[in-house]
Amino acid sequence: MSETRNFKLRVWRQANAAATGKFVEYDAKGISPDASFLEMLDLVNDELIKRGEDPIAFDSDCREGICGSCSCVVDGVPHGTEPAITTCQLYMRNFHDGATVTVEPFRAKAFPVLKDLVVDRSAFDRIIAAGGYVSVGTGSAPEANEMPVPKDDAEAAFEAAACIGCGACVAACKNASASLFVGAKLEHMARLPQGQAERYRRVARMVAQMEAEGFGACSNEAECQAVCPKEIPTSVIQRMNRDYLKTWLKTI
Amino acid sequence: MSLDGQVPGGPIDSKWESHKAHMSLVNPANRRKYNIIVVGTGLAGASAAATLGEAGYNVTALTILDSPRRSHSIAAQGGINAAKNYKNDGDSVYRLFYDTVKGGDYRAREANVHRLAEVSVDIIDQCVAQGVPFAREYGGLLDTRSFGGAQVSRTFYSRGQTGQQLLIGAYQAMMRQVDAGTVKILARREMLDLVLVGGHARGIIARNLVTGALERYAGDAVLLATGGYGNVYFLSTNAGNCNVTATWRCARRGAYFANPSFAQVHPTCIPETGDYQAKLTLMSESLRNDGRVWVPKSSGDHRSPDQIPDGERDYFLERKYPSFGNLVPRDVASRNAKSVCDEGRGVGSTGRAVYLDFRDAIQRLGHDKVAEKYGNLFDMYKHISNEDPYQVPMRIYPAVHYTMGGLWVDYHLMSNVPGLFVLGEANFSDHGANRLGASALMQGLADGYFVVPYTLANYLANTQLGAVKQDGDDFRATEQVVSERIANLLKVNGKKTVLEFHRELGRVMWDHVGMARNRKGLEGALASVKKLREEFQQNVKVIGKADDMNKALEFGLRVADYMEFSEIMVRDALDREESCGCHFREEYQTPDGECQRNDEKYSYVAAWEYTGPGKEPILHKEQLKFEAAAVKQRSYK
Repeated sequence: MSETRNFKLRVWRQANAAATGKFVEYDAKGISPDASFLEMLDLVNDELIKRGEDPIAFDSDCREGICGSCSCVVDGVPHGTEPAITTCQLYMRNFHDGATVTVEPFRAKAFPVLKDLVVDRSAFDRIIAAGGYVSVGTGSAPEANEMPVPKDDAEAAFEAAACIGCGACVAACKNASASLFVGAKLEHMARLPQGQAERYRRVARMVAQMEAEGFGACSNEAECQAVCPKEIPTSVIQRMNRDYLKTWLKTI
Repeated sequence: MSLDGQVPGGPIDSKWESHKAHMSLVNPANRRKYNIIVVGTGLAGASAAATLGEAGYNVTALTILDSPRRSHSIAAQGGINAAKNYKNDGDSVYRLFYDTVKGGDYRAREANVHRLAEVSVDIIDQCVAQGVPFAREYGGLLDTRSFGGAQVSRTFYSRGQTGQQLLIGAYQAMMRQVDAGTVKILARREMLDLVLVGGHARGIIARNLVTGALERYAGDAVLLATGGYGNVYFLSTNAGNCNVTATWRCARRGAYFANPSFAQVHPTCIPETGDYQAKLTLMSESLRNDGRVWVPKSSGDHRSPDQIPDGERDYFLERKYPSFGNLVPRDVASRNAKSVCDEGRGVGSTGRAVYLDFRDAIQRLGHDKVAEKYGNLFDMYKHISNEDPYQVPMRIYPAVHYTMGGLWVDYHLMSNVPGLFVLGEANFSDHGANRLGASALMQGLADGYFVVPYTLANYLANTQLGAVKQDGDDFRATEQVVSERIANLLKVNGKKTVLEFHRELGRVMWDHVGMARNRKGLEGALASVKKLREEFQQNVKVIGKADDMNKALEFGLRVADYMEFSEIMVRDALDREESCGCHFREEYQTPDGECQRNDEKYSYVAAWEYTGPGKEPILHKEQLKFEAAAVKQRSYK
């Protein structure tokens, strides 16, 4: 544990949504390689507070890769260059001593920066409110084992439902498309018998909301899949497109 | 003074059904006239908001996070219990009830626990209908697994992400009501005070965490679902934003805080490695289904684990508890891990860890089967520790995980403050002195989906509530208190940061109010937390402005509340001169080192009334009676 490392940080600082931001350099000294990336930022912030400087604002909660709060672009890649993790699961052992590390917020028109590394992702909640659910009131459910679900379908639904709503897919896409996020929810529902009744209504409404929020069209470059901490595949976007087309064909 | 839990009469297995049939209702056309404030959107808060919205109430739900989908329920890994008996292994509502009461070491309210077991089956039905992708067998039916403290297989799961899947189910149900216009979500809002009007809970003061503005919300009832206070220990498995502020501020307004010293230490966490750490990571208890816990037989054995032959390993849980083996309840597993480390037999660089070994499971089931069951947990362990658990045994150590204590509530989940309901981990009622695995998700959803919608209607229908206005005197005065508190904290401008104070407080609490407690240590802790609180008030450095996004201020306010709250935890641990569940007083143990309860003197819920800064709190007791579950010495041997 005695070995520690020093880093130079270039961090995006922006006072609020209306302000112009810029990169500011900080030293992170004496950092254990076993510290996580966000623990390193905690230490930097504690030093800033002691010096009377405004600490770097960033979102973080569970620190184990499941809540989807953290939203940093590290060295140009959402959640950093290690595959299949969130920013909070990034460890300083992955950065060599003396490295310069660039930290920015997720950037997208639909994710305005609120302060420093903190962005507003409430557009995702509004997309879910536009049909990302099964309409079943509390107390009206049938017995759970009445409707068997093939194991493979349940597993596929789970894998899509593992989306943590972090928004890295949007941040990685040159069009700032939310297709992976929306596709994952549609896939989750479409693989289960419970999701069938509202299947086509759901895709029409969620896609419309996605467009209304200012997310772009899918770029077909699969950058989203590459940064997704839960490794959700772009095949979910193909299903979204197929189901959307079917919905559209029904209307003509 | 003794407290009355308002438990209805009749035999235990029909109390809830017959009470439901007799509680008052609110006419569907009248429900939209009621404004209900839900604070917190984890399993309890989201399920309550969804259900009340469906019923037609006008619901405002606040979350401290940027989205309700991120609440800390999401991190629960292992599963959710339900008495479905799909495995035909002898499970029943009674057995789930009995296991939970026994697991809680007879310090929970029996009638609440029975109700929990009854509605457990409805929860699974509801979640499946919502599209929660539970694990299934090849026949397409639901799979289950076993958890600690039970000899049946009643835990439903979605790999190691059950909390996430259940929360997304509840979140989506709530968002459906947002769509329908009955629920309004306010994200990035932190409740900082409760507003009482004529003695009733009628609103809250919340801080908008983006602008820093204080906002007033008025309603006919306040439902708190703000989780637990494990972060009083600084290092815990809780998320960074989990805090005691909402419940503690209600306690300061007169709500009693029950059993505050009951904090669960989870046996299977990744051990601490250094001072920079912000949190500890839990590995699901489900791992104990197939992982075997051991340490070397002799102290000072520093060979690598694969060099230690079976004959020189001590599988101490299997040895001491042959019937439950590695699946003993959490408190028992944690205490035993601590004691083998205290004997110098701990492993890893710090000596504060034990092995959780999958060698035999991999041999028996094969790599792929083990990966299917626990793959994401193994990956998580590898990310953090840089070691591959398929090759090397995991190293684990107990860490604070869940708090059984919380605001006192009656059978209706209402606190002693009329109109203030408390749900999920934030209340005290169902887990006694130790929570069994896979019971927290069950309780959060039971409270929100199936209990509070009935009991809230009963309260509203039977209470004359006048109109309240957000610009009324009570709201103005309460907001003034909050704004002065914030100004005072920013004014101190001392030398030590909030993080430094929090770490120090956590150390005192972990050392003396943790896995083992004794009078001398607790008395020392009482003095230490008072001293630390005074130092905090004079020497803390919180910078920035009140009217801005200011995370340093958010944490400063929360740690200030921990500084006050920790004192009643210590007092509660001092008062309880017995050992039960998580509360292990070293003075009170059986000859073989297990908890020695004192049912004659301590079969009560300790509900503490705050009486003012620096003043001793008043203890109120709710006597616990056990009619259906015979009280006996807990044994897992």
